[in-house]
Amino acid sequence: MPAEVSVAPVAAPIPDAWLPRPFRVVATRRDTHDTATLELEALDGDGLAFTPGQFTMLSAFGIGEVPISISGDPARPDRLVHTIRDVGGVTQALCAAQPGDVLGVRGPLGVGWGVPDAKGGDLVIVAGGIGLAPLRPAVLAVLAARQDFGRVHVLYGARTADDVLFVDDLAAWASAADVQVTVDRALRSWAGRVGLVTELIPRASFDPARTLALVCGPEVMMRYVAAALIARGLPPDRIRLSLERNMRCGIGLCGHCQLREYLICVDGPVLPLDAVQPLLGVREL
Amino acid sequence: MRSIQQLLMEHPFFAGLDDSTVSMLVGCSRNVHFRPGEYLFYEGEPADRFFVVRRGRVALDVHVLGQAEQIIDTLDEGEVVGWSWLVPPYRWFFDARAMQDVSAVAVDATCLRDKCDEDPALGYLMMQRVAQVMYHRLQSARVRLLDLYGADRAG
Repeated sequence: MPAEVSVAPVAAPIPDAWLPRPFRVVATRRDTHDTATLELEALDGDGLAFTPGQFTMLSAFGIGEVPISISGDPARPDRLVHTIRDVGGVTQALCAAQPGDVLGVRGPLGVGWGVPDAKGGDLVIVAGGIGLAPLRPAVLAVLAARQDFGRVHVLYGARTADDVLFVDDLAAWASAADVQVTVDRALRSWAGRVGLVTELIPRASFDPARTLALVCGPEVMMRYVAAALIARGLPPDRIRLSLERNMRCGIGLCGHCQLREYLICVDGPVLPLDAVQPLLGVREL
Repeated sequence: MRSIQQLLMEHPFFAGLDDSTVSMLVGCSRNVHFRPGEYLFYEGEPADRFFVVRRGRVALDVHVLGQAEQIIDTLDEGEVVGWSWLVPPYRWFFDARAMQDVSAVAVDATCLRDKCDEDPALGYLMMQRVAQVMYHRLQSARVRLLDLYGADRAG
């Protein structure tokens, strides 16, 4: 039986929902050849409280606006962190932002991971590529309340060793969680695993009856990961995916990100597998 | 210290085989250890054995002229290294290198092939198990061909 996901009612314009708040870039970091992390502070000093898995509409003034997942620490609303891959004109401008630059921020938007639902049980976090960015706040939230959770696995796949994100974080998280990293191909200097991220799932130790899985990455990867988790006995309603569609307004008005009955920007981006499983294989969607 | 029979029965590749079947395999098997950097085998050599990894990590390396050496797969505890022993011309297709201290059971291919020829039921059983390993490796290689983590997400 499909999950009951509350579909947002027809959206009414929210006052100021279209109005970006100005944030100043206070720090930047080049993560990989095509990915950068920006740390931002609100000019009005109010910060931006969010739940892990939410995103903002981030704008480079005069160039454009794109949805970007928040990759920072939910315990630090004073510091908004975004990790951005340069894949087009707007993201290229955002990746090139320097300390002192001012960007526009609308949000936080969307439905997050629902990390508290994993309390008292095991948690399996599976990320691929840039998909680790929206999961980083979830990991930070879990590790901040580590005693509330059972076994915690962070399983991460990247293209090559040079594409692995948050290298320092992954090393630090390993003291409190099982962290496994695998890459698709590697040079001889790589000492870690080479293979698919799905291959890490049979090796993870968790109780399927009391486990929540959070998955983010390219949609094809998420399909294979979901199949591997189901093979381990996880029910589809305990597998949550972060979906990406062509978001424009971010507030459920324009319909660009529609996935049949869901508007990903307001009903997602995080949705349970049983709600979206039949839709993921439909080519036209 | 565990006997080879115990080591084989504990390994996922042989899981579920009965005692008498595993006893037959014991005669073809021996314990081996490799230090980091040592090679289990080299490309082009006769594939006269395969390895069930008990501990450590093995890299399958490939040399491409003019390029740095690439690791195309790694195999950890509970996995099997090598299936070229089963298919003519019985030559290794890649190098296999210990990335860590590796403990494994090496199974003599000629000995095992002879037993499989004598006992078709055993042969079928082994073929099923190797086919499963080949299936997973093929799927892994195919999915990686998709280059899943390419620049298709804005983040």
